[in-house]
Amino acid sequence: MALLELKNVTKYYSGTTPALADVSFSVNDGEFVSVIGSSGSGKSTLLRCINRMVEVTSGEISFGGVVVSRLGKKDLRKVRTKIGMIFQQFNLVDRMSVIENVLHGRLGYKSTLAGVLGRYTHEEKWQALKVIQMLGLEQQVYQRCDQLSGGQKQRVGIARALVQNPKMILCDEPIASLDPRSAKIIMDHLRSICTDIGMTLVISLHQVDMALKYTDRIIGLNRGVVVFDGTPGELTSQRSAEIYAREPKDVNINLGERNAS
Amino acid sequence: MQADVFTRRRNNALIFFALLAILTAGSIIITQYDVQKGFTSIARALIWGASNFYPDAGSLTKLPDILVKLRETVLMSIAATSVAAIFSLLLAVAGSRTTRICSSFTVIARGIASFFRNVPLVAWAMILMLAFSQSSLTGFLALFFGSLGFLTRAFMETIDEVGENTVEALKSTGAAYFPVIFQAVLPASMPQVVSWLLFMVETNIRDATLVGLLTGTGIGFSFDVYYNAFNYHAASLVVIVIVITVLIVEMVSNGVRRVIL
Repeated sequence: MALLELKNVTKYYSGTTPALADVSFSVNDGEFVSVIGSSGSGKSTLLRCINRMVEVTSGEISFGGVVVSRLGKKDLRKVRTKIGMIFQQFNLVDRMSVIENVLHGRLGYKSTLAGVLGRYTHEEKWQALKVIQMLGLEQQVYQRCDQLSGGQKQRVGIARALVQNPKMILCDEPIASLDPRSAKIIMDHLRSICTDIGMTLVISLHQVDMALKYTDRIIGLNRGVVVFDGTPGELTSQRSAEIYAREPKDVNINLGERNAS
Repeated sequence: MQADVFTRRRNNALIFFALLAILTAGSIIITQYDVQKGFTSIARALIWGASNFYPDAGSLTKLPDILVKLRETVLMSIAATSVAAIFSLLLAVAGSRTTRICSSFTVIARGIASFFRNVPLVAWAMILMLAFSQSSLTGFLALFFGSLGFLTRAFMETIDEVGENTVEALKSTGAAYFPVIFQAVLPASMPQVVSWLLFMVETNIRDATLVGLLTGTGIGFSFDVYYNAFNYHAASLVVIVIVITVLIVEMVSNGVRRVIL
């Protein structure tokens, strides 16, 4: 059964050009789906529409059988606890320790008072430590996050998403600000989270090679329109050029460059 | 085309300086300010100051009195600043772009901040004097209002600057409003908030002198009394004590800043 389903999702920020135009696809449980496209193609918007950090203009998104777009504030928060998210800029509280940042992933399950005071149960702390260990950060548990490298920060981000016990994790260009070595470590971790835990992942990527190498399925966006949806094997250079074409007529030019190199 | 950019930049600079010159000349003519006399009287003032405005042995006997008044002034500034900081922080959280409840709060908070900031401190003191006559309460409230305006604005900018990313991350975990504020926004902005607070204490100790002069309290009043009694030696001692105090407070706050940042 599909865990996530998008039907005719359209988003206008302002003006007449849509950020997303009539996007429809579904994601199955345990799938690792990448969304590729050039800057401004709507990748980030698409991801943020799923957990309603951005409101859609029209269309319907359902997650686990619940139509997300119709939920009230409280129910929306409940759905969000089941959707982890990691970010290009990591979005950690730099002045707090690794373990505190990881435990932030539990805030959605807490009463307002417990959340305000930052009171976590013994089990939650134990779980956070286990996840930190799994991601190889056991040496940095009590270090402040501003002392970590980019790759380590992103692993804290992944840990924060994992302690939510989510059904799905959205990754918004998680390796775009990392060096190639750290990027590989992060992608390996994400792959194993999918394969070993059976987590569903939707990741937006700049690098086509990463999408080809790591993900089960690729969705190509060009100016808010889905122009490709298939397995890495089906992504020919012709189709890839279509995804990255500025204008439809650019396709051949881009293809020429690719063949030349 | 490139040459045009440079020509335009040079022309803009020329126009700017021409306007500045006209403005200066215009102001001098309208106020009938005698430039030559203005500069020569600086020297005369310095000579008068050096021969009259210095503490002598007699004025040192007034030192205990002055120190009591100084303590009153310093404590009043700190009290006014910290009480204002609490209210400012509430206003800033409610009004900041990243943490506001709705957009009308921003307008309200910004309005309050501008209003309190743009009414000069002396005007506050004069207005409040009508209500509370010459008392410490008048001075306290005048400083409080001035600080409230300034700190609200400063805190709002701080929260906007540091909060955006982490607020997004914590909201996406399903955390409620208040946990997000207490777990992400406040910890992340605390160093800057404290830094602004210390700056405000420094400024307020200086300003409290002026306010005290009007409201008949604290060290400002001591200065006024000595000055009007032609006791320039004691008055100069007051000025020196204030300068030393401000320097000490500055040193202390720089030390605190180094530790927290």
